[in-house]
Amino acid sequence: MNQRNRGSEVSPLTVEGLTVAYQKKPVLRNVSFEVPEGKLIGIIGPNGAGKSTMIKAILGLLPRVSGETEIYGRPYKEMRRKVGYVPQRESVDWDFPTNALDVVMMGRYGHLGWFKRPGAKEREIAMDCLRKVGMADYAHRQISQLSGGQQQRVFLARALAQNADLYFMDEPFVGVDAMTERAIITLLNELKAQGKTVLVVHHDLATVKEYFDWVMLLNVEMVAYGPTEDVFTKSLLHQTYGGRLAVFDHEDEAILVDSR
Amino acid sequence: MEFWIIVTGALVATACGILGCFLVLRRMSLIGDAISHSVLPGIVIAFMMSGSRDSLAMLLGASVLGLVTVFLIQLFQQSGVQADASIGVVFTALFAVGVVLVSLNARQVDLDLDCVLFGEIAYVHWNTMSVFGIDGVPKAVWILGITLLAIFLVIGLFYKQFKLCAFDPAMALACGIPVALFHYLLMGLVSMTTVASFESVGAILVVGMLIVPAATAYLLTERLSIMILYSVLIGITCAVLGYYAAAWLDASIAGMMVTVAGLLFVVALIFSPSHGLLMRWVKRRRLVGVEA
Repeated sequence: MNQRNRGSEVSPLTVEGLTVAYQKKPVLRNVSFEVPEGKLIGIIGPNGAGKSTMIKAILGLLPRVSGETEIYGRPYKEMRRKVGYVPQRESVDWDFPTNALDVVMMGRYGHLGWFKRPGAKEREIAMDCLRKVGMADYAHRQISQLSGGQQQRVFLARALAQNADLYFMDEPFVGVDAMTERAIITLLNELKAQGKTVLVVHHDLATVKEYFDWVMLLNVEMVAYGPTEDVFTKSLLHQTYGGRLAVFDHEDEAILVDSR
Repeated sequence: MEFWIIVTGALVATACGILGCFLVLRRMSLIGDAISHSVLPGIVIAFMMSGSRDSLAMLLGASVLGLVTVFLIQLFQQSGVQADASIGVVFTALFAVGVVLVSLNARQVDLDLDCVLFGEIAYVHWNTMSVFGIDGVPKAVWILGITLLAIFLVIGLFYKQFKLCAFDPAMALACGIPVALFHYLLMGLVSMTTVASFESVGAILVVGMLIVPAATAYLLTERLSIMILYSVLIGITCAVLGYYAAAWLDASIAGMMVTVAGLLFVVALIFSPSHGLLMRWVKRRRLVGVEA
């Protein structure tokens, strides 16, 4: 399933001078970066820093003012099948008449082309993905009857069903229970072990060091970007969050609280 | 004769029932309302240009106006007008233009405004048309049949796209599905259906057929495919029951069909096993009972 014989020097994602504006007010200004393959990357920044906006602009969901993005060295339009996306949970109507399995099968639609209908093969893949997030027992449950964490895991399973190499996840940890949080982090590490690259918009500063290999600090402009130990520092965080950050030193560990 | 009236009603119900599900799920029920009104100037202009009540020209004119309506609503929303306000502005303004056009041409135009708005399904069988040598079939049945065929074809072929666009348009777009195209395709079908139905149930009551059976079906199932099926079956039931109720009371047939739809909705709202008020009340009582 995984024949990965690309030139290893081609980055999964390069972004060059990306600027996005809502009614002339820039919400993301001149952001450039290159993503190393097989890393878990946390995108951190205050509210309104343009984190979700950046992902949406890369995926072509929002118009950009300027900037180039390439997925494995090619335009996104040609590389859609290499990319998986987990939107924010609140972005859809969970009262929609469908069940968990059906939602996960939607992850296959992009692979089916214009006319092919999802069938037994798609069902099998979807079941497999639900199993991986511990939701196989809930396959036929109506989605509104799932808890927030379970809904998040269904979304994650749907992204898995896309069988992508590069994943974008928009705040997957927000409002989920401890069990789901563990399930997500296990999954992220599994994806990483398969050589896949994952960018995660993240809010909880306390878990950044534990979860991510690389960190991007974003506040409309790029503040810092690199391996977590180099970038996730008190001074750079202060620079990102301004006065809205409280830092408590607790023995050697710096515990950071995002006081929004 | 009663056979053709019921067939016409059932065709309207089927076409509206299918499309209505997508409108209700996308929270765009009111766009159906908007389209059904704003097609009026399209109908009148097509009528003036073709000089006849040739349904094909009217169908075309109205479909164009339907798409213009959707486009304008979208445009206003993107320019910062609130969603409900932009729908309201666009459809009332276009409808008003239609009313003015009808009144200006009242002498030349044999277009009864009451008939456009409320339809007259009772006269359906008087206006027959011969197609492929088949005689005696009402014109409305032909037109509705063709519309329904188009709906079956488009929704059937692109069911997965319409479903994903309704549930998660961002994901659909990221997958490379042309969301805007499917949006306008759906709206085009809604316009077509509205016009095809306006002779039989009228522009106002077609909104009822678009929304009420779909909203009722929504209360009864948790699968989209089943919802569409229920919506169609409920619509057909309304057409049949509505006809006989109207015949019994000697009342407006189209009005009675939608009245029945309204009644069925209330029944579903109270008695639905999954969403019904009664079941919710029972469950709450049980919960209280357990805790006490």
